[in-house]
Amino acid sequence: MAPITMIEGIRQAMFEEMDRDPAVVAIGEDIGVYGGAFKATEGLLAKFGRERVIETPISETAIVGAACGMGFLGLRPVAEMQFIDFIACCFNQVTNFVAKSHYLWGAPVPMVIRGPSGGGVHGGPFHSANPEMYFVHTPGLKVIYPSTPSDAKGLLKSAIRDNNPVLFFEHKFLYRRIKEEVPEGDHLVPIGKAIVRRQGDDLTIISYAAMVHTAMEAAEQLAKEGIEAEVIDLRTLLPLDRETILNSVKKTNKLLIVHEDTRTGGIAGEIAAIVCEGAFEDLDGPIARVTALDTPVPYAPTLEERFLPNTEKVVAAARELSKY
Amino acid sequence: MSNPLTREQHLDLYYFMQLNRQLEERMVRLFRQNKIVGGLYSSLGQEAVSVGTCYALEKKDWIAPMIRNIGALLVKGVPPRDIFTQHMAKYTSPTQGKDGTSHFGDLQVRHIVSPISMLGDLIPVMTGVAMAGRYLGQKIVALTWIGDGGSSTGAFHEGLNLAAQQRAPFVLIVENNQWAYSTPVSRQVPVKNLADRAVAYGIRSWIVDGNDVVAVYNTAKEAVDECRAGRGPALIEVKTMRMRGHAQHDPAEYVPKKMFDYWKARDPIALYEKYLTENRIWDAKTKAEIDARIERELDVEQKFAEESPMPPPELAEEGVYCEGCHAIEATWQRAKAEVSPPASSFEPGWEVKDYGAFAEVEAIRKEIAAPVVNASAGNAGGNGAKISKPIVKSGGKPQQKPPVRAVEPEAPEVPRVPFGRGPKDKSVREAQNPRERHAHQNPRDKRGRR
Repeated sequence: MAPITMIEGIRQAMFEEMDRDPAVVAIGEDIGVYGGAFKATEGLLAKFGRERVIETPISETAIVGAACGMGFLGLRPVAEMQFIDFIACCFNQVTNFVAKSHYLWGAPVPMVIRGPSGGGVHGGPFHSANPEMYFVHTPGLKVIYPSTPSDAKGLLKSAIRDNNPVLFFEHKFLYRRIKEEVPEGDHLVPIGKAIVRRQGDDLTIISYAAMVHTAMEAAEQLAKEGIEAEVIDLRTLLPLDRETILNSVKKTNKLLIVHEDTRTGGIAGEIAAIVCEGAFEDLDGPIARVTALDTPVPYAPTLEERFLPNTEKVVAAARELSKY
Repeated sequence: MSNPLTREQHLDLYYFMQLNRQLEERMVRLFRQNKIVGGLYSSLGQEAVSVGTCYALEKKDWIAPMIRNIGALLVKGVPPRDIFTQHMAKYTSPTQGKDGTSHFGDLQVRHIVSPISMLGDLIPVMTGVAMAGRYLGQKIVALTWIGDGGSSTGAFHEGLNLAAQQRAPFVLIVENNQWAYSTPVSRQVPVKNLADRAVAYGIRSWIVDGNDVVAVYNTAKEAVDECRAGRGPALIEVKTMRMRGHAQHDPAEYVPKKMFDYWKARDPIALYEKYLTENRIWDAKTKAEIDARIERELDVEQKFAEESPMPPPELAEEGVYCEGCHAIEATWQRAKAEVSPPASSFEPGWEVKDYGAFAEVEAIRKEIAAPVVNASAGNAGGNGAKISKPIVKSGGKPQQKPPVRAVEPEAPEVPRVPFGRGPKDKSVREAQNPRERHAHQNPRDKRGRR
């Protein structure tokens, strides 16, 4: 099979799931004729028609609310946020209505909210956000943030089949920059399972989404200096795969966490706590983290570069850590 | 009053309204005995709204109640014990004690969506229910309520706009009970009737006396029928009155006494009893029988609730995710092949006509186009503040007025209440005089049909 981009993987997942199950519908802004702002839904309208590819006004609350209502009747809607930043507009609907339904009154909401996220493309403060942690802090949701075309496809298909509301973050920097061969057939990737992207014994680097690629680059540089890093791609942020995290730290005894999200309240803090609870005795050094600054995402390339983690920053932090 | 209701149906309406009231009166007593865990919100005086609207639905239709729609839950077949146990946080309640009040639902049997406390969110959700029902060929109608207060939320607008754009079979009951907590409707909303807002969504609306259960039922039935026939969505404003405070703790001293007096004389149950007697639909014996039945039933239900246990603490850890505990299966009542092209006959929700606003712009131009004195002819400088600057400075050609048409809002009938004054202020009392506000509300006159 020819290698495909991440956006193509997402599009294939939508096509295959809508083809497989007429209960799957797509809803969002400009997802029909235009095919979505990033063309993730291109061709869906022609194949599945207007009843299943529902174009809406600019109303994030209404999109999520309506998708939730459809879920109550057994449909499996996939709602698109044109940019994931706009999920802030429907925060109440997501966190109070959708997320709490099953716990409170036993009503599962089998829906997906997906959308382009992340920086590095000079989108500015309102088109570059990584708002995943608002939702990782919301019991009842599942939060997925893949780093490869194959995972994006397999995880989106799993998300659509899941009985719970799933937030599916798509890093727009990765949409067309990487290509990968995707397994043939009904390719599913399990939700809640991290993956070890690179084996190593000297330290563990945990990351997700675009920063996985930064971590991998850093690991290659570190290898030239004789430091073998193990790189873990979380893939799912909620529920978090504690087992894979703890197993790796117990092996390498050192932990560096890298994320593109801002520092305070980012998932690094949660992972650090998990490791302190479950592998404190195994640690040979402090838990380190490389993250974005605690600021909004700035627009100018020079500023955004300062804001974002990069390979050099990861390599430097890993070098420091390996001194212990 | 002519209406298609049978005697049995008439008596049903009474039964549910009285059941609603007696159930809530019992809960007030339980509240005073500290047996209600959290807050208690009363629908006293609004029973005709919940019962009359929900009674217009079929069994397969979906509702999402608000906190004061206990009557609607009863009409939908929810047993009173569910209401008691919810308020008392018992393990036997529909949410097993995880939430209180009317915050529970029933997807499978009674088709009820649970509300949340944030107002307006049910409107897009029930729009989605209506859309999914249509998609699956179920021919259902989805109905929910919103208060005068909740009608100012963003979710109200987004939801109603989407419902209108999708032409969803969705009925919104705007339950105008005059008060959002302590704020009168005239201080929240700058339009005369909340139903007037329907114009902005291009949907049909009605205004009805919310204390006349037959009028409420008839109007709701018409709206529901319209939606089922594919001419949705619909909005009904029911004018009624919240006869207690926002919740049990609130003595509602901000409500003018005359206002309570006025509405007390228009109590929906008393009015309906009179109606049933005058129209010889029942006699004293029938009333006594129904009242006795209600007492009997509530005795049993209340006893059940009081004797029920609290939930076991470990339940707090369960149920965040659905892990196979619920089977998710859509009920198809049309061929699945129909939902995709070329079999799908669904019409798109919008189309592009006349290059968008082109025709409208042309109309405005024609309406107001008239030559005016051009700049060089005199008024440069002088009274320039009132006249916009000409676009082209030319020697002889007449200038056109700019293509603008000012639209003035209708002057409100009720004088605006200056902010910062309390309910004891005379102008406030006058502004809230319910007689004035109610003068045009003839229940038999379904206004606002568009």
